[in-house]
Amino acid sequence: MARPDDVAHRERNSRVTKLIEIASVIRSKNSGPYELTLDIIFNEFYDYEQIKRGGFINEDLICKLYNVTPDKIISIVAFDPAKAIKATIKRPLCSGDLGETDVYGAQQHAPLLDLEFDI
Amino acid sequence: MKIEEFRILSTTAILGYGFPIASFEEGMKRNPHLIAVDAGSTDPGPYYLGAGVSFTDRDAVKRDLEIMIRAGVQREIPVCIGTAGGSGGEPHLEWNREIIEEIARENNLHFKLAVIHAELPKDLIKQELAAGRVIPLEPAPALTVEAIDNTTRIVAQMGVQPFIEAHKNGAQVILAGRAYDPAVFAALAVSEGYDMGLATHLGKILECAAICAIPGSGSDCMFGYIGEDYFRVEPLSSARKCTTVSVAAHTLYEKTDPCILPGPGGHLDLTKTRFEQETDNIVRVSGSRFIPSPTYTVKLEGARKIGYRTVSIAGTRDPIMMKKIDDIIAGVKERVADNFRDKDIKYNLNFIIYGRDGVMGKLEPLRDSPQSHEFGIIIEAVADTQELASTICATARSTLLHYGYEGRRATAGNLAFPYSPSDFKAGEVYEFSVYHLLMVDDPTSVFKIEYIKL
Repeated sequence: MARPDDVAHRERNSRVTKLIEIASVIRSKNSGPYELTLDIIFNEFYDYEQIKRGGFINEDLICKLYNVTPDKIISIVAFDPAKAIKATIKRPLCSGDLGETDVYGAQQHAPLLDLEFDI
Repeated sequence: MKIEEFRILSTTAILGYGFPIASFEEGMKRNPHLIAVDAGSTDPGPYYLGAGVSFTDRDAVKRDLEIMIRAGVQREIPVCIGTAGGSGGEPHLEWNREIIEEIARENNLHFKLAVIHAELPKDLIKQELAAGRVIPLEPAPALTVEAIDNTTRIVAQMGVQPFIEAHKNGAQVILAGRAYDPAVFAALAVSEGYDMGLATHLGKILECAAICAIPGSGSDCMFGYIGEDYFRVEPLSSARKCTTVSVAAHTLYEKTDPCILPGPGGHLDLTKTRFEQETDNIVRVSGSRFIPSPTYTVKLEGARKIGYRTVSIAGTRDPIMMKKIDDIIAGVKERVADNFRDKDIKYNLNFIIYGRDGVMGKLEPLRDSPQSHEFGIIIEAVADTQELASTICATARSTLLHYGYEGRRATAGNLAFPYSPSDFKAGEVYEFSVYHLLMVDDPTSVFKIEYIKL
């Protein structure tokens, strides 16, 4: 187990970046009734490029955050003009089917808010 | 040779969401060639399409339309409305048409109205399915004759062509059923010879009006200009600005791939699109292209009725119960099933647990380690009749209220109800049953146009 002063030392020297500090938009929404799309729009091109080049937003991450298998991922794409990375997954249910919890898909973004990257 | 720009005033994100008069007047000062608004969305779910009901309020829609039609008719500027009544089926069109007739009567306005129908007969869809001209839109399942029979209503998304035809036939106000969102803005510009890719991309931005500005708003106007090889967008309130990022970011919204946006008859290709800041609040866009597909397809949307819903709303603050919630729900479901075992009742009984996975359901990563000190509980029953749904809901509610789970200390009742009565009849329940592409030989053939002299 690390001693408290080791932890403090590591924190001072770490380059951990919180997504919430470098992204101005982190949102989710239906893309048609069968798909859910997640948008991350960065404040600065520099941070966007770092995250994009580092491949931090990848299949493994989305699978882990959303409790889904890779076959449920439709695409993960970067869009330079908007400094944005976008991931789209199949909805667990078609929007409005029995068992639905979020018809618009607008409140599925929260797992992204806690992301941190070691850049 | 520099050609004149084609100018479009988009009044609000969805007809009925409202807009400031000052913004509208700013737009009118720019002498638009078209005043247009998108009225639709599948966002609110399958109910509105299936039940034939608008998700927007009648008085709010009338307020927006009255301002637009009065100004448009007086100054001879065409007014176009896409996806009437939110879903664009026959009852939605009829509902909106009555509002327009009322506006004409009350304001003593006379004009030619075109109503473009988008609800398709089920027999036609069956014929086309048999001919192999209906394609599932992944990940939707393949369509069957049975699924068509069970569907209450099917609409098709029209492209720009029916609008162009109605305009060429002298319609001053065009009320369309289900339409591809950008089509209502793009059609007249395309008809005047402007580029389909630029017009469609501009339409895609204008359909949400001021949502693409900073600060964004769903209830303010936006102005678009199309030139020969570019378009520009300008907010009409001095409080807002369009920036390259705000406009580009909007291109992502509600779309799977920001570079390839499929629509009727082809797709919009934005891989070569450039966004430039022209002034402090105007963004100039170029390079967007429309790539026609070999076969013209239109998207079909359908919804079917699956029963009636009754819900009960309650909560618990008991940590012992909260730990046992899965066992308790399983026990309640079993009791309810046993209670009606002798009767042939089909129902669906569902519990939504807020504080655990009420928002994210199966996608919730923290489902097994909730941090909450209380749970909100919705008991939901869906059955063939409202009475049956209420019976199942009431039985589940009373069973849960007094369910004797292991370790229970609070023996007076397991639920806190905010309301008396505790149960609510939520009415008809629909689900999406058609989400497919239909191949058409002629982009106008399935969309019948009716002309009315007001």
